[in-house]
Formats: sequence, C-alpha cells, structure tokens
Amino acid sequence: MPNFDYEAPTSLARALELLSRPGEVRALAGGTDIIDQLKNNRRNADLVVDLKRVPELLTLESNGSRLRIGSAVSCTDVHKFTLEKGGFSALTEAVELVGSIHIQNRASVGGNVCNAAPSADTIPSLLIHEAVAHTASASGGREIPLIDFFAGPGQTVLQKGEILKELVLPASSANTASAYLRFIPRNEMDIAVAGVGSLIEINPSTKVVTKARIALASVAPTPVRAYAAEKFLEGTVIDAVAIDKTADIAVGSAVPITDVRGSAEYRKELIRVLTKRTLNICMERLA
Amino acid sequence: MSKKQIKTTVNGVEHEILVDSTWTLLETLRDHLKLTGTKEGCSNGNCGACTVMIDGKSSCSCLVLAPEINGREVTTVEGLADHGHLSPVQDAFVENSGLQCGFCTPGFMIATTALLNENPHPTENEIRLKLAGNLCRCTGYDKIVRSVQDAAERLSRA
Repeated sequence: MPNFDYEAPTSLARALELLSRPGEVRALAGGTDIIDQLKNNRRNADLVVDLKRVPELLTLESNGSRLRIGSAVSCTDVHKFTLEKGGFSALTEAVELVGSIHIQNRASVGGNVCNAAPSADTIPSLLIHEAVAHTASASGGREIPLIDFFAGPGQTVLQKGEILKELVLPASSANTASAYLRFIPRNEMDIAVAGVGSLIEINPSTKVVTKARIALASVAPTPVRAYAAEKFLEGTVIDAVAIDKTADIAVGSAVPITDVRGSAEYRKELIRVLTKRTLNICMERLA
Repeated sequence: MSKKQIKTTVNGVEHEILVDSTWTLLETLRDHLKLTGTKEGCSNGNCGACTVMIDGKSSCSCLVLAPEINGREVTTVEGLADHGHLSPVQDAFVENSGLQCGFCTPGFMIATTALLNENPHPTENEIRLKLAGNLCRCTGYDKIVRSVQDAAERLSRA
C-alpha cells in the first residue's frame, strides 16, 4: 500500500476543501475498488478522503417526481429502498449484482459510477433511467447527464476538487418498465462479459412504444446507449418481431474488444440476446 | 506516514488504537489486536476469508481502512461464542461437518450469522447467493449449505 494520509470530513464544505488540496487526493466511499487499486498501484494517493460521514452525500429519498441517491449510499441500501418504493426495477436488479453481499454492504452506487469501469453493473440501469450526475466543488456544482460523465475506462469528466454529490433519476410513468441483465460464465460474483439495461414506456391500449432507452455495458471504452435501437423502437407497436429487430440494431452500438472474458463477436451476440431478453422482461412487467 | 487515534468496539470490547492511515481493518485485527481468527485470502474482496461484521453488516476486512472503523462496532469470529459456548451457527458447522481445512470457516460463519440476522429462513438458493462471496476449496459447499440450513433451524428454536 502506498503511503497516504486519511481524513473523514463531516461536512461537504470540509470535504471539498480537502479534495482541492495539492497532490493526488482520492475520494473514498465504500472503498471496495479504490483500496484494491491502491494496494496494486493502479491508482495513487497522497490523501484519501472518506466521504461516508458527509451527511449531504448520504441522501436517499424519493418523491413523486424523482429519486435522489447520495454518492456515498451503499448498494445494499439502494437495493432495499428501490425494492420497497418500486419504479426502478433495472437499478434494483443491478445493485444486487455488484460483487458479493459483503461488497454491496460497503460499495456505493456513486463509487461504481466514478470508478467508471465499462463493465460496471449499475451504470446501464442509471443511464436508461436518465440519471443526472450532480457534482459539487469549491466553485459550485454541475448537473451532468450521466451519459456525458464518462471519459474512458476508469476515467470521468470530474475535475480536480470536484466530486459526485448525488445521482438524480426522474420518476417514470405508470406505463414504464425496465430490466437489467448481464452475462457471466458463473452464477454470481463475476465481471460482466456484456450487460444490457432496457426501459420502455408504452401506450397500454395501442402497444406503441412512446419511450425506449437501451444501454450497454462491457462493449465499448465507456458505457454506451444504443441510440439507433431506441429510435427504431419508439413509435413502433411492440411485438416479437419488433423486439428481434431492435436487438439486431442494438448490436450496431457495440464496439467491443476481444479479451480474456470473451471475444468481440461473442460480446456482440450477447448484446443481441440480452437486449431481446430485457425487452421481453419489460413486456412481462407491463402485462 | 500518518497515524490516527481511533476508538472502536471489537466483539463488545472498546479499544483505543493508534493506527496507520494505510492499515486495513484485516491487518489491524490480526497484527495489532491479535485476533487471528479472521483470515487473509485473496486480499481483494473475492474470497471472503476476511469477512467480519461492521455495525452488523458483513464486510471484507481487507477492503476497509483501519481509520474507517472509528466509532463503529466490529464483530469477528472470536465474538460469536458466548462465554465459551459456541453460537448456534458455530454448532451447526461443527455438527454438519461444514468445513474441512477450516481456513474459510471464520468468514463463512460470520457471513452466515449476518445472513440469518437479516433473513432467518433463507431458501437454498438464497443461501448459495448470499454466501457467493465466500470461497471454499475443500467441501464442494453442500455441507456448508446444510450447516446454514441447520443453523437457521437452531436459531428459530432458540
């Protein structure tokens, strides 16, 4: 482990002051990624700022119009909260896939986002639910649509001294359903070979799709939206044929690499299959 | 290297410890408090040998910095028994032979205790899912699952 100092501020103002100090300053929420990265010299730090005692980053609330998830809230807490409140099925499913229960008890959804792994399980679900990243820094804050938050593998657009404060997700209409599926070669505890989150809103009488959101994990340097597939599906009467066609089009948004987890061709095929399956799950949920 | 004075409760006993910022909770337990029941396996959060409870929630102690536990309550395998009497979870592992070499067992018993606190009557699938973060290279898991099922029964009778 490299030598670093540790601070656990109890106010956002103090946290931001610490984060703007010179040198490598790393924010820590659950620590399940950053501590491993520090041990293995994959990231460095002069100062680690533990955000778990900052009240402003522990918000977890919903009203009729939106869900707010503070950046230090654990996956376990988000799972329980969204399971009880409903309306964000894909996210409820995804947070239960991040590592083991021991990891979910510590790891935050905000940390999963800021770690910016292309394979991160929570990100497609947040993207299809149109999450906006609210940041904070000494000079103010920004509201960044989550799709614009990622700059590459492990890289975000956060500036020095700026942190993710919370994720804000608009509530969906009653005629909306979402689902997230990933493929791993085991039953649990693995990194997605590919993952797909889908959300559809339909007109219940005509079955015309009024909104479609499809996001893909592990098939590009950052999580991506399958815009062409979304565009095709919107305005279409949803049925088995439309779902097949949508899944075929979604493959075009995947630009995967071949690595130890799977070949590029295999990942593209997974995108087709998982898109189809997640849309079918959405239809079951709307039935 | 900076030192931090922390106060923490481990297995019901309050400690004031001067820790290095870079120590993990695992190192603090084993090397400083000499609680060597908690094991180091992979040291990256995959194997669960180092599982402890922090404020009742199972966690990999290899992925927690010592200063993070300031003001928190930690339970290790040494804290499961009550005045020399094994806990129902420990008894169930002994009687169902839920172990062979025993290296993973402290982690499994902590994970089982946390699971049954949260969900006293888990299905077999739930047991296998919630214990997926604990690896055993000896047993093939069947006897561990049976131990957890028996522990659930023992706890519901208690």
